[in-house]
Amino acid sequence: MSFEPPTDRRYLESHEWAAPAEADGRVRIGITDFAQDELGDVVFVELPDEGETIEAGEEFGVIESIKAVSDLYAPVSGEVVAVNETLFDSPELVNDDPFGEGWMLEVETEAESDDLLSAEEYEKQIA
Amino acid sequence: MRYDQARWTRNGEYEPLLAEKDLTRVEIRDTEGETGEESGSAEGDVTTVESPLPDELTRDELALPGLSEPELARHYTRLSQMTYAITTGPYPLGSCTMKYNPTFTEDVAALPDAAVHPDRPAESVQGTLELCYRLQDYLARIGGMDAVTLQPPAGAAGEFVGIRVASAYHEANGDERSEVIVPESAHGTNFATAALGGYDVVSLPSDEAGRVDLGALEAALSEETAALMLTNPNTLGLFERDIEEIARMVHDVGGLLYYDGANLNALLGRARPGDMGFDVMHYNVHKTFATPHGGGGPGAGPVGVSEELASFLPAPRVREAGGESADPEGEPTYERFDPPETIGKVHGYEGNWLVLLKAFAYIARLGDEGLADASAKAVLNANYLAERIEYEVPYGPFHHEFVASAGDQDAADVAKRMLDYGVHPPTTKWPEIVGEALMTEPTEVESKASLDQLAEAFNTVASEATETLETAPERTAAGRIDQTTAARTPRLSWHALGE
Repeated sequence: MSFEPPTDRRYLESHEWAAPAEADGRVRIGITDFAQDELGDVVFVELPDEGETIEAGEEFGVIESIKAVSDLYAPVSGEVVAVNETLFDSPELVNDDPFGEGWMLEVETEAESDDLLSAEEYEKQIA
Repeated sequence: MRYDQARWTRNGEYEPLLAEKDLTRVEIRDTEGETGEESGSAEGDVTTVESPLPDELTRDELALPGLSEPELARHYTRLSQMTYAITTGPYPLGSCTMKYNPTFTEDVAALPDAAVHPDRPAESVQGTLELCYRLQDYLARIGGMDAVTLQPPAGAAGEFVGIRVASAYHEANGDERSEVIVPESAHGTNFATAALGGYDVVSLPSDEAGRVDLGALEAALSEETAALMLTNPNTLGLFERDIEEIARMVHDVGGLLYYDGANLNALLGRARPGDMGFDVMHYNVHKTFATPHGGGGPGAGPVGVSEELASFLPAPRVREAGGESADPEGEPTYERFDPPETIGKVHGYEGNWLVLLKAFAYIARLGDEGLADASAKAVLNANYLAERIEYEVPYGPFHHEFVASAGDQDAADVAKRMLDYGVHPPTTKWPEIVGEALMTEPTEVESKASLDQLAEAFNTVASEATETLETAPERTAAGRIDQTTAARTPRLSWHALGE
């Protein structure tokens, strides 16, 4: 099975992605197709509230599947300007559309993690 | 063996709840007859003293199940028939040590003499105190410890007390330490205990043979090490052969060695943690001896320590009385006392007395030879079963439990399918050192015939197709549970059943 990561965004080794949002200087954050497949059915997502700040490389939330509970790591630092609250009632969106409808946060970026990978680099890691 | 579990249903629904079977409206009236009627209430009505609560907070009618005794008895019997228990068949849930509890221990705990209020004057409860004193002594001798507290109300509570005592000992020496080392294969409670005790948890990898990696231990140890928590035999059922060297290394940096008593049933009467160099330990009386597993109910997790730590144990403990309270005829008498530097109280009195009494009864009944025989059979049974099953068992030789690998099969599917063969499955997917782990502990209570039934169940499932496994179980009261839906939309109250 192939989990080709989209080239319009960058990745953390811990399987989070950061993609440019519509507004300038903002990114959307989620987890990869590979990550959702490893986790299995996602049953719960815990995310920060709007207005909170997250730190690149630090934990920003928790994702729980029927197999495991994992921390979510931030690819960027900045203020959370939007939260995908649909996930609270429909966590399956993370499984069904991890790069799209399953997004988690939108953040006003202040700084990026030094460890962001290109799609190509990330694909090598999960190969 | 083929198993068909009872399945009591009506119109596709399982045995209804008592409240669904019958709800009879009964009128509540106070004893003054406030409703205006004369006393002599109708049969089934409930009377109560007049309530000082405002009217809007009280009810004058209540819906209660109005079932007859046989209806009630049938309800619970049906539920028990739809439940798998160790009185149904083998229960080899590894690490949990699901032993059968002999009923004589229940008989002892049900004796009227056992029902003693702990607040009675010490001279009137000498029998209770003597049994506590003797149990402290038995446990100390079994573990090779110098002093024991019976107070912690569960194994995990015992762990917490053990780490608090270790912490108090370091503090009393003016020695602040910040780390507790835990092997990565350890029981999850060890990590939680260390964290709750205020320590940073240092995780220790295993070596290739599944034991403590001495090089990694050397690297992890420092002046900050408060304790190393260890189970021996470990979670893979392997004896830590380097235990004396490990003890020396930990003591050299001023740390303490903590023994998790979860696997003591493998060593009973043969080897003692105290002799290996352990300074503090807890006993899981439900695993090592025979008391009911807690499951939220009362349990017991006594803690034993070496002499240097004895003065920090929880209060009270029980000792032989000397001086004025001694019996004039020379018979020993017993009293409670507070250890001088006690960490305080972690439960009431001597702990959960009736649970402790069951452990005492079991030890007294088996005696030295019986306990040694129990550990021998626990080890023999695990090794016999491991030899009989066709799944690969990557590590060994082992003691009271072993970890097989389901290989290409999914361990959770294997477990569910085993239910169809009338056995409880092993613990699955843990420890993570073994892929698709099937952690198996038959315990000493199983006969050769039961072990053969277990082996047959393992081997039948090993030969079955993935499609069969994925839809199992078929013959249990409830079939394959939809875990995803259950976790995504949990129904946490029976009221939700009506939706």
